[in-house]
Amino acid sequence: MLKDITIGQFFPGESLLHRLDPRFKIIITCIFVVMLFIGDSVWGLVIGSVFTFGAIALSKIPNRLFVKSIKPIFPFLIFTAVLNLVFISDGDVLFKWRFIKVTEGGIETSVYMLVRIVLLIAGSSLLTYTTSPIALTDALEQLMSPLKKLKFPVHELSMMMTIALRFIPTLIEETDKIMSAQKARGAEIDSGSLRARVKNLIPILIPLFVSSFRRAEELATAMECRCYNGGDGRTRLRQLKSGGRDFAALAVTCAFMGAIIAVNLML
Amino acid sequence: MEDIIVSENLRFHYTNEYDEKAAVTEVLKGINISIKKGSFTAVLGHNGSGKSTLAKHFNGILMPSSGKVFVCGIDTSDENRLFELRQHAGMVFQNPDNQIVASIIEEDVAFALENLGVAPKEMRQRVDDALKAVGMYEYRYHSPSQLSGGQKQRVAIAGIIAMRPECIILDEPTAMLDPQGRKEVLKTIRRLNREAGITIVLITHYMDEAAQSDRVVVLDKGQVVFDDVPSEVFSNVEELKRIGLDVPQTTELVYLLRKEGIDLDSHIISEDECADAIEALFRTSNNNDDDKAVQAAS
Repeated sequence: MLKDITIGQFFPGESLLHRLDPRFKIIITCIFVVMLFIGDSVWGLVIGSVFTFGAIALSKIPNRLFVKSIKPIFPFLIFTAVLNLVFISDGDVLFKWRFIKVTEGGIETSVYMLVRIVLLIAGSSLLTYTTSPIALTDALEQLMSPLKKLKFPVHELSMMMTIALRFIPTLIEETDKIMSAQKARGAEIDSGSLRARVKNLIPILIPLFVSSFRRAEELATAMECRCYNGGDGRTRLRQLKSGGRDFAALAVTCAFMGAIIAVNLML
Repeated sequence: MEDIIVSENLRFHYTNEYDEKAAVTEVLKGINISIKKGSFTAVLGHNGSGKSTLAKHFNGILMPSSGKVFVCGIDTSDENRLFELRQHAGMVFQNPDNQIVASIIEEDVAFALENLGVAPKEMRQRVDDALKAVGMYEYRYHSPSQLSGGQKQRVAIAGIIAMRPECIILDEPTAMLDPQGRKEVLKTIRRLNREAGITIVLITHYMDEAAQSDRVVVLDKGQVVFDDVPSEVFSNVEELKRIGLDVPQTTELVYLLRKEGIDLDSHIISEDECADAIEALFRTSNNNDDDKAVQAAS
């Protein structure tokens, strides 16, 4: 049951997007987010949509996955839209009921916000869909490496992420085992009031914590036995390589960014 | 042949802060052993005999309370040479899950080399060699959760041999594995010993594993009780049983038959040897029309 959870949501593939250097993908995603938020007109959002849908098409990832990624935030979308609709009073009043006023500007802002958030979620899911968690960790470590000068623990963070990714399946398996063991002793996990259910989690969480600490200790010893000594002087097996297509992708993104800025200036 | 591990009057105790009566627990009470380069030594002992504690001294995880341990000529209490020591003497632990660091097999095997700052090109070569040596090369892109216990343990061994150590210390590497996994791991260990000449120290409580070594050291209550070739050690059936150890099944059979007055060599440990000896016994007893042996054996 718990094994069905996919973490990292990576979908292996061979598309252009999959093959891009993860460092460039992170930078492109950052530019993309900025792009969506400065595109403050119909044309700005059209350009943003063309970019998003173009990238989705290139990734060859089934569209239903993007629909799936948007579904959980649906209530949030409605909430934002309604909030914008009600509280922004700008332009002609189209509809009025007691203190609630719906204005032209309100409709505009709420539609823009809606489109923007949908594009944002779809576009940034693309990063995790096409990049393995490990490649992401590596890329983040390298992109953040200038922060080392400010004594920011870049290597330590990436090591923690690597270990977390490694142990997620192990801990899920363990949780499954503990749940079975507690059920066999007559524990009721999926029934009762909310309060009772939260209480029922205790006999599962405590053994899980205890064993995690034991694992952590053993892992630390094993790492020391393999000469782990922090990030200094460390080399990597896998070297991130950037090539022509990475720069081309960055250039295309910048062109879109430029187009949006141009549209903003003209309007 | 030179000695790769030497322990001189090694003593180890820890202080129990909670129980005042038994404030100091002595785990190792003066161990003197030396292990030859290229040998395959098994360390046997009951739970609490100190065998894992001893193993941890060979790798600098624990420091002697008194006495000395030298590994490849390095004093294990010399902290400046700790990493050098750990490159020479790798350690494999009981739980394969808790010693794999990365979520891709080849990256895990590379972990030690990354720590040591080996150049990427050489690292690639050493990782591939190590994976081939344990027969896990075709799984190099898998994640650890897709592998069986035996396979994970072989990956853990690969992570050690990528450092090209002279010696590997294995602390009950098969205790958590199924019979198939145990067989795989033991086969790998023996091959590394024979083909690559790596010194093996195998801590175990399985008698059949110890029987495959060149030398068996039996520990009891922190002291060495036996230290000899397996056939000599296992011929002391009663003594071993007294300290809570079993003997290999063949040895047990020979022991019981001898007790019944049947003339068999008490040093037999392998199944084939045992079968041959009993067959020979049948032949002679048939020739002599002496059916006492036949009756007892059947």
